Amino acid sequence: MSTTLTQAPSTPPTAASAPKAAGFKMNAKYLPLAATISLFLAMATMGSVLYTGFFSAQVFLNLLIDNAFLIIVAVGMTFVILSGGIDLSVGSVVALTTMVLAELVENRGWSPVVVIPLVLLMGSAFGGFMGFLIERYRLQPFIVTLAGMFLARGLCYLISVDSISITSESYGNLAQWRLPLGEDASLSVGAVIAIVVLLLAVFVAHNTPFGRAVYAVGGNEHSAVLMGLPVRRTVIGVYTVSGFCSALAGVVFTFYMLSGYGLHAMGMELDAIAAVVIGGTLLTGGVGYVAGTLFGVLMLGIIQTLIAFDGTLSSWWTRIVVGVLLFAFCLLQRLLTHRVPRPS
Amino acid sequence: MTSSVWTSALRHRLAWPLITLALLLIVNMAFNSSFLHIEWRDGHFYGSLIDILNRAAPLVLVSLGMTMVIATRGIDISVGAVVAIAAAVAAWMIGGSIAGTETRFPLPLAILGAVGVAGLCGLWNGTLVARVGMQPIIATLILMVAGRGIAQLITDGQIITIYYKPYFFLGGGYLLGLPFSLFIVSAVFIGLYLTVTRTALGLFVQAVGINPTAARVAGVQSRRLVMAAYTFCGVCAGIAGLLISSNVKSADGNNAGQLLELDAILAVTLGGTALTGGRFSLVGSVIGALIIQTLTYAIYSLGVPPEINLVVKAAVVFAVMLLQSPEFRSEMGALVRRPPAQGARP
Repeated sequence: MSTTLTQAPSTPPTAASAPKAAGFKMNAKYLPLAATISLFLAMATMGSVLYTGFFSAQVFLNLLIDNAFLIIVAVGMTFVILSGGIDLSVGSVVALTTMVLAELVENRGWSPVVVIPLVLLMGSAFGGFMGFLIERYRLQPFIVTLAGMFLARGLCYLISVDSISITSESYGNLAQWRLPLGEDASLSVGAVIAIVVLLLAVFVAHNTPFGRAVYAVGGNEHSAVLMGLPVRRTVIGVYTVSGFCSALAGVVFTFYMLSGYGLHAMGMELDAIAAVVIGGTLLTGGVGYVAGTLFGVLMLGIIQTLIAFDGTLSSWWTRIVVGVLLFAFCLLQRLLTHRVPRPS
Repeated sequence: MTSSVWTSALRHRLAWPLITLALLLIVNMAFNSSFLHIEWRDGHFYGSLIDILNRAAPLVLVSLGMTMVIATRGIDISVGAVVAIAAAVAAWMIGGSIAGTETRFPLPLAILGAVGVAGLCGLWNGTLVARVGMQPIIATLILMVAGRGIAQLITDGQIITIYYKPYFFLGGGYLLGLPFSLFIVSAVFIGLYLTVTRTALGLFVQAVGINPTAARVAGVQSRRLVMAAYTFCGVCAGIAGLLISSNVKSADGNNAGQLLELDAILAVTLGGTALTGGRFSLVGSVIGALIIQTLTYAIYSLGVPPEINLVVKAAVVFAVMLLQSPEFRSEMGALVRRPPAQGARP
């Protein structure tokens, strides 16, 4: 900022000042993301200094492994929030996916090769249906996805009230599989899927017509309609994407837990929304980065890791710290989007 | 002549909630002949209806608070967490001495403390919404995430069991043969009802909900009003927390008031208050809360597995939402070849 100010008088004001101003605006837009990344790095440094054994490749890879499903859910949520909506059903869809998967594989003896595409289709259809209701009947996303949350959770209990563990040997082998990285570091299959999803999502968000339409709809739906963008398809699309991501996260969740249970992923929608916000996406829609969401999830993960390494702090501090972070980032967003204070 | 009376009665905004409630009661009666039966037992009235009213009390309270918040175009998803905080504060201030005769603080102080802390939580939400200008969902999301952590901090991660007998009176005692919680709920309801109907406050709240800018230009102190609505909602959640913890004789930071925010929003919606703010109906919200509790009761008493409860709730939410949507109504109207439903406003 100071360089902009000192250089501005020395350069001719005609051509150079416009790009400079634009450059500064870009910086302000990046600020929440930059704050998240620096805070993440600061926490990582702090952990490495304070606790022995913290600074190792595997500790950081574990952040990816333990939060793989959350990354996938949060990526789907990012699209929904970028479009100006919200999806509260993600946690329940994860649970429903684990339940259907476990029931079909374990109790009905279906092959996972058939079941996994089936549950992915189911999740997408579920999300698409909610998107249809929201778009077609002008319903509030909050309420529609709330009903979706009840529905998916209830369907879980209809299948079974108890936990169904998956004992299939091939499934267990798949869950145990590790991608070796270097000497004593490795990634689980879930983490690999999460990374692939993340890269795909970054590509879709920034390099496809769908991605651009999502940003446009989130920025101003009315303008998007006037611009002739396929708003309808886009709105239904983001909820379908979110449903798909939730189902995929459910599959990854079964790799992680090897069971299906109606109480799995309780409150995950909150974690996902928190991760997206901390990752620098504006909840009003239209501004944000899918890559930021990764850091949002990693931030939640590192808080848990730090508390686990500390050993004296109780687990509920996680929630309080996440709440405080959420508050700080919302405040930061407010300051950025609304710099001129309103007259009181 | 009579038909026009019927149509206008059906147009009344409370018609559909009342019909739903009546249908649920009829279903209950059909499957359980002693449903309406109320008898005098152990010095108080006893029966299914009394039970439903008693159990619905916390939900009614929270729904009343939620109605005011929704009327200002807001939403408060932190009420469940506030219930947990209030329960934790009350349990801590009463203390867990097993003898059940001593308390850490006097009982009135404990009650005031819990409700006060809940009010502060509401004020915090209101400040974030009205002063900082955050979206209501996000502002209250912060407390929803952190609140249960705070509640567990107060209870030290334990479920505090309460042994102090006088405290049980709040949620489990009887006055004049009726559950004491009913008196609390009635007091809050009557107080609120008189405030919004006998003063200009109700009108101001509607004005803020319909158009905040216009209301401010017209001289309504919308910020204070919004903050007051959230504070009131917090206080309601606090009282609900007292009732719940007194009824189950313990405070569980993790599970007290779980999903209560969703039930409350559902109750308000069922009662005919649109989530877009503006016109609100306190009676409707009470009926909405009773519908939810009667539905739960029906599900249990019909012998349907309780797991179905959530699916039924989801179906009800979908149906109510669609019926409130003008687009859906006109589409259905076209389908049965009648002129589209009257009026664009739900």
